[in-house]
Amino acid sequence: MANSNVDRRKRRFLLAATSVAGSVAGVAVAVPFVASMNPSARARAAGAPVEVDVAKVEPGMMITVEWRGQPVWVVHRTKEMIDSLPKLDAAVADPQSSMPMQPDYAKNEFRSIKPEYLVLVGICTHLGCSPSQKLVPGEQSGLGEDWPGGFFCPCHGSKFDLAGRVYKGVPAPANLKVPPYTYLSDTRLLIGEHSKGA
Amino acid sequence: MLRRFLLVFLLAPAAAHSAGGDIRLDRAYIDSGDVLSIQRGAKVFVNYCLNCHSATAMRYNRLTELGLTEKQIKDNLIFTGEKVGDPMQIAASRKSQQEWFGVAPPDLSVIARSRGVGWLYTYMRTFYRDPARGTGWNNLVFPNVAMPHVLWQLQGTQILKTEIEDQDGHKVEHRKLVLESPGALSPLEYDKLARDLVNYLSYMGEPAKTRRVQIGIVVLFFLSLLLVLCWLLKKEYWNDLH
Amino acid sequence: MGKMTALLNWIDARFPLTATWRAHLSEYYAPKNFNFWYYFGSLAMLVLVMQIVTGIFLTMHYKPDAAQAFASVEYIMRDVDWGWAIRYMHSTGASLFFVVVYLHMFRGLIYGSYRKPRELLWLLGVLIYLCLMAEAFFGYLLPWGQMSYWGAQVIVNLFAAIPFFGPDLAVWIRGDYVVSDATLNRFFAFHVIAIPLVLLGLVFAHLVALHEVGSNNPDGIEIKHKKDARTGIPLDGIPFFPYYVVKDLVGVVVFLMVFSVIVFFAPEMGGYFLEYNNFVPADPLKTPIHIAPVWYFTPFYSILRAVPPLFGSQFPGVLAMGLSVLIFFFLPWLDRGAVKSIRYRGAVYKSALALFVISFAVLGYLGTVPTNVWGQFGGWLGGAERATVVARIFTIIYFLFFVLMPWYTRIDRTKPEPERVTC
Repeated sequence: MANSNVDRRKRRFLLAATSVAGSVAGVAVAVPFVASMNPSARARAAGAPVEVDVAKVEPGMMITVEWRGQPVWVVHRTKEMIDSLPKLDAAVADPQSSMPMQPDYAKNEFRSIKPEYLVLVGICTHLGCSPSQKLVPGEQSGLGEDWPGGFFCPCHGSKFDLAGRVYKGVPAPANLKVPPYTYLSDTRLLIGEHSKGA
Repeated sequence: MLRRFLLVFLLAPAAAHSAGGDIRLDRAYIDSGDVLSIQRGAKVFVNYCLNCHSATAMRYNRLTELGLTEKQIKDNLIFTGEKVGDPMQIAASRKSQQEWFGVAPPDLSVIARSRGVGWLYTYMRTFYRDPARGTGWNNLVFPNVAMPHVLWQLQGTQILKTEIEDQDGHKVEHRKLVLESPGALSPLEYDKLARDLVNYLSYMGEPAKTRRVQIGIVVLFFLSLLLVLCWLLKKEYWNDLH
Repeated sequence: MGKMTALLNWIDARFPLTATWRAHLSEYYAPKNFNFWYYFGSLAMLVLVMQIVTGIFLTMHYKPDAAQAFASVEYIMRDVDWGWAIRYMHSTGASLFFVVVYLHMFRGLIYGSYRKPRELLWLLGVLIYLCLMAEAFFGYLLPWGQMSYWGAQVIVNLFAAIPFFGPDLAVWIRGDYVVSDATLNRFFAFHVIAIPLVLLGLVFAHLVALHEVGSNNPDGIEIKHKKDARTGIPLDGIPFFPYYVVKDLVGVVVFLMVFSVIVFFAPEMGGYFLEYNNFVPADPLKTPIHIAPVWYFTPFYSILRAVPPLFGSQFPGVLAMGLSVLIFFFLPWLDRGAVKSIRYRGAVYKSALALFVISFAVLGYLGTVPTNVWGQFGGWLGGAERATVVARIFTIIYFLFFVLMPWYTRIDRTKPEPERVTC
């Protein structure tokens, strides 16, 4: 029998080598199980991006589509609506969209890629109700003469402007979320997929 | 008694053969690594089969595994308004189909796993005209099947010729399929199409098969390594004992 | 004092951690002559753990509803990331569980591991085997294929053959007049929770019983009879840790290689592990031409079919099938041999065991095929099916192995057992 020191080194080496190989095996076995808990192809298909054709949406009107179980609004803003936005900078809580409620390409005064179309997730950032559309300015919307147009949440009275920015002094803490979206053509949007490039 | 007993064991394999199927199935000789063949088969499937048969476990976008882009799938393989992530459904309900056809055409997602590729390949090639049947068609592999010969324009029409031969006193029936009128494809071309279709059905039955085999090779390789290490470790400790 | 030692002391003051480690691993002495047949106990534990883990992850996606079950299995195979791997591991594990358990039981048979003082260990083992059979039976309905459905229908109808309360019993088991969604849901509950809990309890008891008396060995002699005078350690014993831990590890890796070959290259195993007809969704209106149980039940199924009906009742067959399994319980008391291990038994016992093994194998094969597979006898046996006659003969041999055991183990001319184990 060789002297015990050599045995010890060999033994330690074999133990280490086997432990390392065994751990690799362990991780390799764990991977499929952990991965199986990811969204399945069915979940990915249900959550897949939604194509929206806005050619027929008149200026001043909006449509609602469903994406990932949520209502998504596409508002065709008129020039007046777009021009009214800077005037509300003082009235809204987060005029520069500093909170991360929109992708980088929507971090501007219009909160959209192109000013004409506003894309918002129609869920109030307070407690999750879906605000009502009050796009028409003035008396007609029932929010007073000075109402410039926007959205009103009936649950607790939060108000948002025509860029989805939340007013000061309302329960909702943040601007309405802008989902990932991109233009497939001038009048076709793909909701759920980020725009590539600037 | 013992001799008879032994005879039973000796003859068992032969007896099992003769007690077996009605028609000898042809081998399909498909190559599951041939993605182009599977793509062609997919095209045949969505054009001819997907009208009556569903394949609800198969999503269209799974075909991107075969080297197709989502756009190619959408343009060439989806004729309804479905999205590329949707499964291959059909519009009719099984209940309606049962009413119309008498039996609902089965979902084909795993047909290759239950019937086998040899059966499917032979089935697609042994339809023949049979005026006695409601559809006008019959099949050698699946007698009195409710399905008509959907691919008849490609294969042409076959008829069944039976000849009764007298072999040493008892009658032997010979059955033969004969091509009565040719179709758009030659018999060789049609066989190739059938092989592509069956290749697709086989792929659709288990899309993960190729990946499974590839991973298996890596796993076995790694386990052999682990075996050597564990064996050496065992020997190292057990040397203490003697 | 190092942090680890301090932590260990804190635990040991509140929980017998080191004491358990010593009593059951580092100072638990097992015979040093364990051979190939001794791998299967630890392998059975490994497979149990694998089935539980893969089972948990399958349950995350499977739907125990007659309308959705079949589709949910295909959902796992295709839409769930790595779902196909988890499914194949579970189906392969199920069959290999029985391979391992049968080999484990065979070890008990050849080395007399059921003899005193290990009778209770054996009884617990047979109980585990019964639970395993039930677990496999309940689990097989879950994919809701043709074989799942009709296999369950046939087996539950066996209970209907019991005189007097049979039919009511069958309805109660099914929760319905035929196998249906109600049956599926309760079989799911049994398969996922009830029996696994019972199995875990029984396995624990099995190990406690083993450690109480210590393991048998291929020579069938008791190592505790020869202890070192000073230390009290059996002379032919070696500590389980590290020696058998490190040896069993090799067994585990070899098993995993066999397991992986099947999972990755041949998960269907020619239709024996995953039956072809089970890829057809269950159809209560269409009975398959050939219903057979999964391979691990086939020897007992053969016995069921071999027994002819008596007074118009199939019950004798059911009884014979039940007895063919339950008879294992009696083994410790049927064996009157002077020695435990086959190494020292005579030709009489060895022949009897050989005949039993052949019976088990032939009956097993016959259970996979229809009874007309070998055709009929002509002449004076008058059209009797050959396969049925053969099955009947081997059924008788199977039972005689047990029934005649008190006699032939006594007349068997044994060799003297050694004093010390032979490595």
